[in-house]
Amino acid sequence: MRVRAQIGMVLNLDKCIGCHTCSVTCKNVWTSRDGVEYAWFNNVETKPGTGYPTDWENQDRWNGGWERTRGGKLQPKQGSKWRILANIFGNPDLPEIDDYYEPFDFDYDHLKSAPELEAFPTARPRSKITGERMEKINKGPNWEEILGGEFSKRSEDYNFEGIQKEIYGEYENTFMMYLPRLCEHCLNPACAAACPSGAIYKREEDGIVLIDQEKCRGWRMCVSGCPYKKIYYNWQSGKSEKCTLCYPRIESGNPTVCSETCVGRIRYLGVMLYDADKIEEAANAPATTDLYDAQLDVFLDPNDPQVIETARADGIPEDWIKSAQASPIWKMAMEWKVAFPLHPEYRTLPMVWYIPPLSPIQNAAEAGAIGMDGAMPDVRNLRIPLRYLANMLTAGDEEPVALALERMLAMRSYMRAKTVDGVRDEAVAAKVGLDGEMIEDMYKIMALADYEDRFVIPTTHREQVEEAYDLRGGCGFTDTNGCSPGINKGSLFGGSKKPLKMPEELR
Amino acid sequence: MHNFLFGIYPYIALSVAIIGSIARYERDPFTWKTSSSQMLRRKQLIMGSVLFHIGVLIIFFGHLIGLLTPIGIFDALGISHGFKQVGAVVVGGIAGVMALVGGGMLFHRRWTDPRIRKTSSTADIAILAMLLAQLVLGLLTIFASLGHLDGHEMTKFMAWAQGIFTFQAGAAAHIADVAFIFKLHLFLGLTIFLIFPFTRLVHMLSVPVRYIFRPGYQVVRSRRSEPLPTRAGPVAPGRSTNK
Repeated sequence: MRVRAQIGMVLNLDKCIGCHTCSVTCKNVWTSRDGVEYAWFNNVETKPGTGYPTDWENQDRWNGGWERTRGGKLQPKQGSKWRILANIFGNPDLPEIDDYYEPFDFDYDHLKSAPELEAFPTARPRSKITGERMEKINKGPNWEEILGGEFSKRSEDYNFEGIQKEIYGEYENTFMMYLPRLCEHCLNPACAAACPSGAIYKREEDGIVLIDQEKCRGWRMCVSGCPYKKIYYNWQSGKSEKCTLCYPRIESGNPTVCSETCVGRIRYLGVMLYDADKIEEAANAPATTDLYDAQLDVFLDPNDPQVIETARADGIPEDWIKSAQASPIWKMAMEWKVAFPLHPEYRTLPMVWYIPPLSPIQNAAEAGAIGMDGAMPDVRNLRIPLRYLANMLTAGDEEPVALALERMLAMRSYMRAKTVDGVRDEAVAAKVGLDGEMIEDMYKIMALADYEDRFVIPTTHREQVEEAYDLRGGCGFTDTNGCSPGINKGSLFGGSKKPLKMPEELR
Repeated sequence: MHNFLFGIYPYIALSVAIIGSIARYERDPFTWKTSSSQMLRRKQLIMGSVLFHIGVLIIFFGHLIGLLTPIGIFDALGISHGFKQVGAVVVGGIAGVMALVGGGMLFHRRWTDPRIRKTSSTADIAILAMLLAQLVLGLLTIFASLGHLDGHEMTKFMAWAQGIFTFQAGAAAHIADVAFIFKLHLFLGLTIFLIFPFTRLVHMLSVPVRYIFRPGYQVVRSRRSEPLPTRAGPVAPGRSTNK
């Protein structure tokens, strides 16, 4: 047993309202620069849909993540090390920028500087890459917003696997949910595995996966390696970039920007202890449906005395162990089993987990006639097909997702009985394998979601890793190049490209 | 002039290449990269880049081995000068055509595709143009070589290159009477070495061979100043030494 700690995240999709505040605040902080205009470290997709970049979930097409070979070996789906190196001159699995979208801006200046015209002046789009006029924008970071576009296109969604999807194109049967996505900070990151330079690494102390910008050479294998397509190639700097889990904030005990600004209070951050020796075995589980359970086995119970003692021996600070015991992630993933990894079948052991959303009961007219299971509706009659959620969260295994949804329904039922009727309905709790106390705890954390319940983040122990004496006169947090702000002004050795000059509108 | 170009200029060019590369790696590692533009436009890149790189690699190692291996070794191995000359013409010719076709595709793409053109620096275009010119010159020397397939001419270049690398004064005299096209090819080649550290070519120095030898796939970094003590198996409660 080798104990390590990781900051994990859970997103309660039941409460996501699709406001995109997370994406916008993240963009403003991290990717409002040349070369990454198209990159969204955090984005929110409307499901069902093909997402951003288009069809990212389809690994038959992109070859992201890992696969178990016929011989039972675990290797990146794009190929073993030799194969990755053989493709270094031209990566056959790399998306083109059009698979995301061509970044654009508008001629806003024209609105105020246009001469007197017959018609209103308009702000027309221009490409942020070439500066050329774009006659028609046909893609964006959220092109399928609230079921935009035809069902025939959206239904190419990978999560429809094994579902008779045609009926969900009908107005009466349509369903919708939001899926906010960011880097999963996996326990078994496929991006790091694919990086020939060894520039991508997982931090031992908090599990955050980062790219060393000075070591990255732009071989671009990580972009195709990541099955979530959450590594972005900065076409200006020639380096790959990714979500940093706002590590400067995490180190000081603050939640990430996306979590801090989440209007629906759906995001949770906390410590998970895991056994680093079990990772490979877990990621190499024979059947994809075993992967969810295998990952649960990797996590260590922070209340187990032996785990605590081993964690201490492995250098986990005392306050991190305490935080792990109070971790909302532990409760939701392990105690209540309401949170699930996103696409465990990619074998990366992701660490951003999701609570599946409840949805209205199908065919409201018939609701009285069918589907009531005692005081609770049957989760199989919910509008979002169970199989759809299972394809997304448990590699198609419906049982765990069904239990999670039942527990969430039971929580509502129990709390309604308590607050409206003034009775503690232990029966409804027992039915889903919980007790009243647990349900009230669930209610406090998942429904009320106070700030200090959502974010249990211990600070980094800088005294163990830095010599304060050496830091005097330093320049604090920077991206690259000592004190540079991460924007390369260019030197003898190149580095900066000519800034794109947007053409002036002709008068 | 001849002595400067082929006796002194090689040292200037190689010094700048070596010291400049070290300085860049040390002072500005953020700029050390391949500058791949595949993500902006896939078209023409995969075929062009594969042909170009494989062709150039064969040519590069061909020159390296052909020029710097002492003549005595070839003689000891029983490889005749004539055979070596014919081999160089055939292998170099095929690889040269591959690189030229691939490089031509890459140049066409860089010059005509608005996305690539707009995001290219002057150095990006210039170095590709120089490499193409060098490939053309190199292929043209084949016609000069066909005139003396006995390999006698080639030994002059070997003597010159080895003379330069062993700091012999008067190395330039070895190639005083070779065809002009060779001299042009040599001069441009040395100039490419001269500007090497200021271009994207530096990425060839970071060929990721270590990837193959990296234990396992994952990379974990620890900021701990002292490594943890080794330990076998889990620790029983109440036995901790780390306080």
